Amino acid sequence: MNETLQTAVNGISSRFKVQVSEFQGDVTLLVPNEQIVDICRALHDEFGFDTLPLETAVDYYPQTSPRFNMVYGLYSVKAHQYLFLRAPVDGDTPHIHTVEEVYKSANWREREVYDLFGIIFDGHSDLRRLEMPPGWEGHPLRKDYPLGYEEVQYTFNFDEIDLRKPKGER
Amino acid sequence: MREIQEFSLDELKHLLSPRALTGETVVLNMGPQHPSTHGVLRLILELDGETIINCIPDIGYLHTGIEKNMESKTYTKAEVMTDRMDYLFTVGNNLAYCLAVEKLIGLPVPPRADAIRVILTELGRIQSHLVWIGTSALDLGAMSVFLYSMREREMVMDIYELVSGQRMMTTYIRPGGVWRDVPSQFNELVQRFVDIMPKRIDEYESLLTHNSLFLERTQNIGKIDVPTCLNWNVSGPTLRAAGLAHDVRKANPYCGIEQYDFDIPTQTQGDVYSRYLVRVAEMRESLKIVKQALDKLPMGPSRTYNPKFIPPPRSEIGISMESLIHHFKLWTEGFAPPAGSVYTAVESPRGELGVFLESDGGTKPYRVHYRTPSIPLISAFSVITPGHMIADMVSIISSIDLVLGDADR
Repeated sequence: MNETLQTAVNGISSRFKVQVSEFQGDVTLLVPNEQIVDICRALHDEFGFDTLPLETAVDYYPQTSPRFNMVYGLYSVKAHQYLFLRAPVDGDTPHIHTVEEVYKSANWREREVYDLFGIIFDGHSDLRRLEMPPGWEGHPLRKDYPLGYEEVQYTFNFDEIDLRKPKGER
Repeated sequence: MREIQEFSLDELKHLLSPRALTGETVVLNMGPQHPSTHGVLRLILELDGETIINCIPDIGYLHTGIEKNMESKTYTKAEVMTDRMDYLFTVGNNLAYCLAVEKLIGLPVPPRADAIRVILTELGRIQSHLVWIGTSALDLGAMSVFLYSMREREMVMDIYELVSGQRMMTTYIRPGGVWRDVPSQFNELVQRFVDIMPKRIDEYESLLTHNSLFLERTQNIGKIDVPTCLNWNVSGPTLRAAGLAHDVRKANPYCGIEQYDFDIPTQTQGDVYSRYLVRVAEMRESLKIVKQALDKLPMGPSRTYNPKFIPPPRSEIGISMESLIHHFKLWTEGFAPPAGSVYTAVESPRGELGVFLESDGGTKPYRVHYRTPSIPLISAFSVITPGHMIADMVSIISSIDLVLGDADR
């Protein structure tokens, strides 16, 4: 771990309840859901992590609490260092506070996560769908959202599958 | 087919000024099928006369669910989808993905493969900038640059076709190296391109750099400063034109690119013209890298020998039973990297192209996320454009160099 990163990790773990892990050189802090904004603000203001290149989520369905992990990748332009944060999000009430006040770029990243995972960002200024059309049902990147393959019909099971097929108005 | 809803003015009122609701200002829809939006970008503009007050970009018209699809394919098969995102930097998309897979496994890459990767991605950058210089000049009414730049782009496409059989969707870079070694004509073709290009770039510059019509349309238009760039996470030439010399190739080098001698061109104005100057200078820098990499292209294998992850050479399959088994397992089941998540980034012509890859220890990626440079660029329209005339919008869009396939995925 490099010096800047070590200072930041020490500074954050002395103040907040975080778990530090390292995999292939990427340092990740597992942070409590409620403190995500405070931790981001501390890293931004005090430790020079001035930009947020990565913000996404991972779905661990069928596990329910936590069902999701929010992943934040913070970057320090001066030190050329990445620091990753993970915040657990519960499956029944997928809520987390937005980090938009600290990093403006979170605005669209969070809209994307809301669109594709259905995680609600409290305090977000403009929580609309980003990729899918407005009015779309469901959140496609959830693991319980089907990929949408059509079943292959053969002569012996043609009628059986035909009954199950959704009949849209075309 | 579900009915697609349209936004109502009521839904967008938090993004518009109160005058829009009384009808004092006009809300105009630009795109998605507008020739100057470089794809299918839709902009909802609030106008006071011809001046833009608010700009609401709307993307998603090219969303194809690639991230979702990749989760259901093996690591090898999933790579084929990555070309289809940023269609102007296909090799770079492959490279970012392969670097992530290699980081996950801890797979080394032979120096020859690294050098080939560098050559191809830098050619990709030149090729993307050529498309950009042509189309953005075309948007501003300069027709001839487009014809010249497309002519040179064809030379890069020919090189891609030579090495991979495909002009655009190459999938030539694979985890552990490249698909196979480059053909014998490769050096000659690249050398010819490197020899011709500097003169051709001079030609483009003679058409644009001191062209007074071009200067009037680009200088002091679409300004953005460094703190705004960082806060909105804008990277690449747009950030460098604002004055910060940040480049992933220097900050977090990949594929041994640190051994080549090149500079990061920067400007200070942060306007459309600075972005043009930065990109033209970048083409020259990329040519320098390609030349150096070609001159000392090391000999040796073009992919790692590790049959647990990389298919063994064809010649071995006929004589070794283990190779046959490995080959069969790799193409039916795929390989299984250890569980964990990694992030790797490469410098795309538009900025930082990152891949977040999570593995659960199985043979399919559990989650792939492409951190694409186009999304922050488009989202920053809402801060760049207010106060400009609607005609400047065209020049701002083209200067940002957005690829909607990259943003929507």
